[in-house]
Parts: sequence; C-alpha cells; structure tokens
Amino acid sequence: MIAPNLIPNADYVRILPEIVLSVVGMIIMLLDPIMDERRSQRLLGVVALLGAIAALAATSFQARQQFWGFGFWEMVRIDAFSIFFHVLVIGVTIIVILSSYEYMEVQQIRAGEYYGLVLFGAVGMALMSSAVELVLIFIALEISSIATYILAGFRRRAAISSEASVKYFLLGSFATAFFLYGVALMFGATGSTSIARISASLTPFNGSGGPMLAYLGVALMFVGLGFKVAAAPFHIWTPDVYEGAPSPVVGFMSTAPKAAVFAVLLRIMFQAHAPGRVWLMWVAAALSMTIGNIAALVQDNVKRLLAYSSIAHAGYVLVAFAALPENAIPAAMFYTASYAAMNVGAFAVVGHFAGLGERKVTLEDYAGLGRRSPLLAAILTIFLLSLIGIPITGGFFAKFYVFSAALQANLIGLTIIGVLNSAVAAYYYLRIIISMYMREPRDEAPAPPITPGLGLALALSLAATIYLGVLPGRVLEYAAWAATFVR
Amino acid sequence: MNGLDHSILTLVTFAPAAGAVLLLFAPRRDREIRVFALLVSLFTFVLSLHLPAHFHRDQAGFQFDQNTPWIPTPNIHYHMGMDGISLWLVVLTTFLTPLCVLISWKSIHERVKEFFILLLVLETALIGVFVALDLFLFYFFWEATLIPMALLIGMYGHGRRVYAAIKFFLYTMVASVFMLAGILWLYANTSPHTFDFVDIQKAIAGGQVPGFVGAAQWLFLGFFIAFAVKVPLFPFHTWLPDAHVEAPTAGSALLAGVLLKMGTYGMLRFNLGLFPEQSRANASWIVALALIGIVYGALVAMVQPNMKKLIAYSSISHLGFVVLGIFSFTQAGLNGAMFVMLAHGVSTGGLFMLAGILYERRHTYEISEFGGLATPMPAYSTFFLFVVLASVGLPLLNGFIGEFLVLSGAFQAKPWWGVVAATGVIWSACYLLWMYQRVFFGVVKHAENNSLPDLTMRERAALWPAVIMALVMGVAPLWWLNTIDPAVRNVLLPFAQLAAKVVSR
Repeated sequence: MIAPNLIPNADYVRILPEIVLSVVGMIIMLLDPIMDERRSQRLLGVVALLGAIAALAATSFQARQQFWGFGFWEMVRIDAFSIFFHVLVIGVTIIVILSSYEYMEVQQIRAGEYYGLVLFGAVGMALMSSAVELVLIFIALEISSIATYILAGFRRRAAISSEASVKYFLLGSFATAFFLYGVALMFGATGSTSIARISASLTPFNGSGGPMLAYLGVALMFVGLGFKVAAAPFHIWTPDVYEGAPSPVVGFMSTAPKAAVFAVLLRIMFQAHAPGRVWLMWVAAALSMTIGNIAALVQDNVKRLLAYSSIAHAGYVLVAFAALPENAIPAAMFYTASYAAMNVGAFAVVGHFAGLGERKVTLEDYAGLGRRSPLLAAILTIFLLSLIGIPITGGFFAKFYVFSAALQANLIGLTIIGVLNSAVAAYYYLRIIISMYMREPRDEAPAPPITPGLGLALALSLAATIYLGVLPGRVLEYAAWAATFVR
Repeated sequence: MNGLDHSILTLVTFAPAAGAVLLLFAPRRDREIRVFALLVSLFTFVLSLHLPAHFHRDQAGFQFDQNTPWIPTPNIHYHMGMDGISLWLVVLTTFLTPLCVLISWKSIHERVKEFFILLLVLETALIGVFVALDLFLFYFFWEATLIPMALLIGMYGHGRRVYAAIKFFLYTMVASVFMLAGILWLYANTSPHTFDFVDIQKAIAGGQVPGFVGAAQWLFLGFFIAFAVKVPLFPFHTWLPDAHVEAPTAGSALLAGVLLKMGTYGMLRFNLGLFPEQSRANASWIVALALIGIVYGALVAMVQPNMKKLIAYSSISHLGFVVLGIFSFTQAGLNGAMFVMLAHGVSTGGLFMLAGILYERRHTYEISEFGGLATPMPAYSTFFLFVVLASVGLPLLNGFIGEFLVLSGAFQAKPWWGVVAATGVIWSACYLLWMYQRVFFGVVKHAENNSLPDLTMRERAALWPAVIMALVMGVAPLWWLNTIDPAVRNVLLPFAQLAAKVVSR
C-alpha cells in the first residue's frame, strides 16, 4: 500500500506546467464533440491559448528556487536549465496557437482536437527538458512525437499531408526504437538509466575510453535524437514532411520539439559525459550544415527550402556540441531560442501567404509581395535576414556564440566549414527576398490582410528575434547560469 | 571639451536611422517624403560639421571617444571614436547623401518611401563603419551596409539588377566571413577577451597574444580579403562594374563615393594598424595587384561603350592608387591615399550623378547614343568638364593632390612602382577626355539629342556642392591634410620601429 505522503506536494509543482497543459488539453478534447462545429474552432483556440499562458505562469511559479531540485524519485529535475526550455517550448506553443486561428479558417479545417494535440505535444517537450532519467525522456519523446505525427497530417484533404504524416510516423517510430535500444545499451554499460548515475560512472573516463557499450549506446541514442532534430544523415524525412504538413505545424515542429531534443542531447552529451562526443558531433554537424545548405540552394518551394535550412541550422547547433561545455551549452541554448523565434515567425508568414490548400508556396508565388503586402514582406525579410545571420537579429548572435565556442575549443576546421556554410546559406534566403522585392508579381491581388491573432504572433516572434539581436546579454547570461546545472 | 563631444558620434551615426524609422510610419506622400529625407540628410551633414570644427588637429589618438559596455558575454563594447583618417570619411558620407537625395528626386518614382528609408539606413551603416572602434561593432556596421545597398541595386536598378544585386551581396558577404573568423580568433586569444581595437592593437604590439606569430599571416589575409573585395582590388573586382551599371544613380554615387572606401579604410586601420609586420611582408604582391589594377582598370575603361561602366572601371584604377599609397608605407603615400579617397568620393560621385542626369533624359548610358551635347546642354557640359578634369587630376583640382602625393610616396619606396603608376594618370586623361569628346563635341548625331533640356535648378543644386568641393580641395588641401597627417604618422609609427630593428640587425 502506498503511503499517502509518498509523493511530496512540491513534486507536483515540479511538473505543474505539464499538468496544466494536459488538463487543458483534455478539456479541449472533451469540449470538442459537444460543441457546435462551426464555433468550436475559435473557442477551443482561445481555451488552448489560455491554457498555454497558464502553463507559462506555472513555469514562472516553478522558477522560485524553493521548488528546485529532484522530484519523483529523481526522475525530473527543476533548475534554470529546465525552466529555460519550458519557457521556450511554451512560448513557441503560444505563438503557434495564435498563428493557427487564421490558418485553420482559411484552410477550412474544422477540428478542435488540433489545439488539444498542440498542447499534448507541448507536454512531452516540456517534460523532455526536465526529465533526468532516460526512460522518462523516452516517454516524453514519444508523447511529443505522437502528437506531431498526427498534426503533420492535419490537412486531411491534401494527399501530400497524409503522406507527410505516414512518413514521419514510420520513420519516427523507427528512430525512437533506436533511441530505446541506445538506452538499453547504456544501462548495460553503466547499470543505470539515470543521467546523474550514468555521469558518475562515465566521468572517470572523461569523454574517451570507457566501456565499448557506452559508445554504442551514445551512438544509437544519437540516431534517435538526430532524427528528431533533423540532423544529417538522419534528415531524409524533413523536406517531404515539412512540405506536406500545415505551415503552423511546421513552425511548431521545427522549433519546439527540436529545442526539447537539444535539451536532452545537452544532458546526455555533457551532463552524462558521453564518450566519443566530439567526433560524433563534429561529423554530424559538418554533414548537416553542408547537406542542408547545398540542397536548399536549388529549392523552389519555400517550405522545402526552409526544411533544408532547418537541417542546416541543426548542424550549426551541433557545432556547439563539439565544443567545450562551459561555452557550448549556453551557445547551443541561445541558438535554439533564437532559431525558434525566427523560424516560427517565418512559418507563420508562409502559412498566411499560402492560401487555401497551401497552393502559393513557391518562389514564383512570392514575386512582388514587397508591393502587394509591404508589411508582411518586411517582417518575413527580417526573419530571413536573421536566418542568414545578419547583425541586429538573433540569428547573428546565435551563430556568433556557436562559432566562438568552437574556436575556443580549437575546432578550427569545423568553424571554417560552418562559416563557409553560412555564407552559402545567404544565397537561398536571398532568393526569397529577391523574389519578394525585385520580381514582378504574377497577379496583382493584394495578399489577405493580417488578422489580430497572426499579428500578435508575428509581433511576439519579431520582438524576440530583435531583442536577441540587440540585447542578447541577459538571455545568454541566464543560459550560462543554466548551463552550470547540466555540467 | 564641448558638451556635445561625448555623444556627437552616436548622434551623427544614428540621426539618419532615426529619420528612417520616422519615415517608416509616414503616409505614402512622395513629395513630403523626399523633402523629409533631404532635411534629415542635411541635418546629419550639419551635425557632422561639428566634428572637424572641434577636432584637435595636433592630437594623434582617437577623439570624441565613447565607450560603454554593450553585451557582457562576449565582452562587446559600444566603442566609437575618430581620428584624422575617419573624420573626413564621415564628413564625405554626410556630404554625399543629401546630394544623392536630390539626384533621386525624379528618377525614383515608385516605392519612394522604401528608397529613402534604405538610403538613410545605408548612411547610418556607412558612418558606423568609420567610427566603430570595437571590432565587433565594426563588423556589425560592415555587414549592415550590405543589405540596404543590395536592395537599392535590386529594387531600383536597371535591366540586370537582380543579378548585380546578388553578385554584390555574395562577393562581399563571403569575403567578410573571413574577416569575422579573424576577429573571433583575436577575441579568443586575447586575455581578458576583448574586441576593442585599441586594446587588441596594444596586446599585439606588446606580444601578449599567444599563438599570434603562427596565426598572424592568416589573420592578415582574413582581414585583407574582406577589404580587397570591397575596394575592389584586381582580381576581385568583377562585381563592381555590374553593380555600378545596374544601380540607380544615388546607389552608384554612394557605392563609388563611400562604400569602396570602406575597403581602403579597413586596410589602413586594421591591416596596417594590427599587423604591421605582415603588411610589410605582403606589400610586394599587394602593390603588384594595385599596379595591375591601375593599368588594367584604365585600359578596360578606355574601351567601354557604356558611360557608367567606364566610370566604374576608372574607380578600379583610382582605388589602385589608394592601395599603392597605403602599401608604400611612406608618409606622403599614406597622406596621398587618404586624399585620393576623399577626392575620388567627390569627383566620381559627381560623375555618376552627371551620368544619371543624362540617363533620366535619354534612358541609355551608351556613349555612341550621344555626341555634340555641348550645344543643347551647355551648362551640363560645363559641369561635366569640370568634374572630368578634377577626376583626371588637373592641378588646382582635387584629383591632382592625392595622386601626386601617392606617386611621390611610391617613388620613395620603389621608383619603378611610381613609374608604372604614373602611366595610370595618363591613361585616365585618355579615357575620360576621349569619352568627353565623343559625348559632347562634334555635331549632334541623333536628332532626339537636339531637344534635351539643360540642367534644372534641383540638378544644379546637387552638382554645385560637388564642384565647389573639388575646387576647394584642390586649392587648399592643407585644410584636410593637417588633420590626416598626425593620424597617418601614428599609423606609420610601428613601421619606423620595424625599419630601425631591421637596420640594427
């Protein structure tokens, strides 16, 4: 019999944001069938938004240090690191919900469960960043993945969306199986699935040597996690899935789950002192950057282009993983945050321009947007410039920190590959800008006006992008402090 | 100390950007937008006159210093300052911008608001490049010049504008990435980590940067390639003719007048300032490229059928003089290089404006489309002749002083450098005067040229300042050289020590 006070109350606070998100998600699921179909969409969206805001409030409640530390038999841990990623994931969720209102209406998708799934996905992602136990991490990963598998197929009438969903589901399950296998081997090597204990048994080897099984375990775990962040050579699914999935969902799944998985990777690679980290990350980073950028050069579909760009950006983050922990962890954290801000914004604009059935997603459709819709074109331009890494945008400092972390670890070769890659990347982002401003439009019809929800979503992501580009100090300092908890 | 001195650089730098932000919210009334842009640029110019007025000519170091921490990690400071080298480049920028606004009055009639916003943002970035003393801040402004310029070319240019814009962007972007790598290396290897130009310079000179000896050559090259593409030095020049031909008039004028000087300024400030030994060691091949540029640019200019392309190639030739002067490491050479930069800014800016005026009337730059223009457009041809002569280097006009100083510096360094470079002066007379002859003299070959209207008041207002400046700079060069010289001598200080070391060995 379980004693009534076996779980202390503080433990519930340690998963409060997850509880809030799950409860609101379930409320949405319950409300959906009993509501009038035409009105459910809007109302459930508002409920989801309120739920996400409540989760954000719960996170800030957690941020009081009295709740910090381990909970649930050392399966979760609340510290600055987990709070950073909680805020990031829930922030992205809010922006995605805001930008989905209009999209769902334009696409004539009536489905309240959409918002429920977004929240369930956020539960998994939030839990990933606070879980310090590989099996719980696996469960969190699956919660987030299953939600995104379904979300990817939400454009039911489009075959391409169903294809995206099935492809993502099949390959994704395969990849998580690899992760699980890696966890099993890690258990064999170290006798535990708790990151702290793995760390204790691997620290003496200091990143090299140690049991062979641990190497294999790390490699297999990276197969699973590399798939989720779309790192080469596990990136093949990305362009097809991103092309087929609804744009706000792509904005979601290219930022929030990625950030959460990077959080897990940071824990495994740095906190657990994974052996063979440097060369594994070196190769994955170099491959992802190069493959992503070169393939993006020839894309004419904006969504596919941004898909390849997201592969490349995963590569930039992985550059940091090859560096020394004291610089690498804050750099990677900053990168995921600024990438989330600019990419979720970019996909919000893409979804807005796409129109019914997402027919307008090629570079040709973007021709003359600078004239037809000056404000949105300007906003998208800022996001793209940030993706290039131009100063006063978050993307610049993100690259800057990553490359300087690499240089401080004396990874000159990788830095050169990265820097050259970011120069190549400028070209394809510019193609979008050029199309918007320098090509004559095919049809002169002005783009649809901005609705309040989308406007707010764009304002938030734009503000974050610029803030990180002008005053990165505070976020970076917080990240540096958070990094001390996973070293 | 004047109260304004502490914040003047920030004010001058960001006044145009503030104007641009206001324009962002302005209604689309083209006329008012033009007037407002003109007022903002004039205000910036007047504000920038504070700088020469309160500049202490006898001091060599940086003045109007402003240094506040910006970002704690990495240690980035908002550090601005100015010496005799950057002083006049800033004033040149603020001087040319109002003229560019005037010259674009009529020729830009679509998306007027965006045009002036971009122009003002570009001005801010250009000024920032010249006053930034934190390497990070410098790189920030350096990259920031790219976007407005590329957009100006791509949105308002002529036929192949998109191609030219992409080429311009990619060339300079790729090259500056190497500089970024160099900057990051310097940051990582100084202790305490710093981007501050003055501190890094001291650390290098004092030998306190571990690993510097091995890396110095690569660092030098990293910085050099970024600047060489911008100048552009032969063989990195191929983006320039395309960019110039396709750019709108104001874009060309700022591109030739100021943007190219970012490269030579960078060489002077960073290559010579941070890596004197490597500058010395690499001088021979750099000078060889500069000499090739002088002669090659001039010869290619001679055979251009397109007026704007001709002026573009003449820029390559003139900028060759600047690089030659810088890498002669003589006082005369460096002073001359600085003076050529300023003179070239005024006169080539003028030439591009004149070419643009003709384009507005006939929509072509082909020299063969003209001939005998002196009859229908007497005032225009007089202005044109004046600017051509200034550019050729007629004594009493601004082109002469700089080229003369560069040549005398080059002769001091190695006589044959001077001999080859001197032919460039002759070539420039050939191609410019020949072009002038074909466009303005003889009989009017094409009937439509008979009815071309002469200059309007607005065009005159844009040209007079350039012409007057060309004359004043030619007659009273000391006014400029007095401030340039102490700064130049400061740059040359380590070279004198270097030479002394070599002699004592």
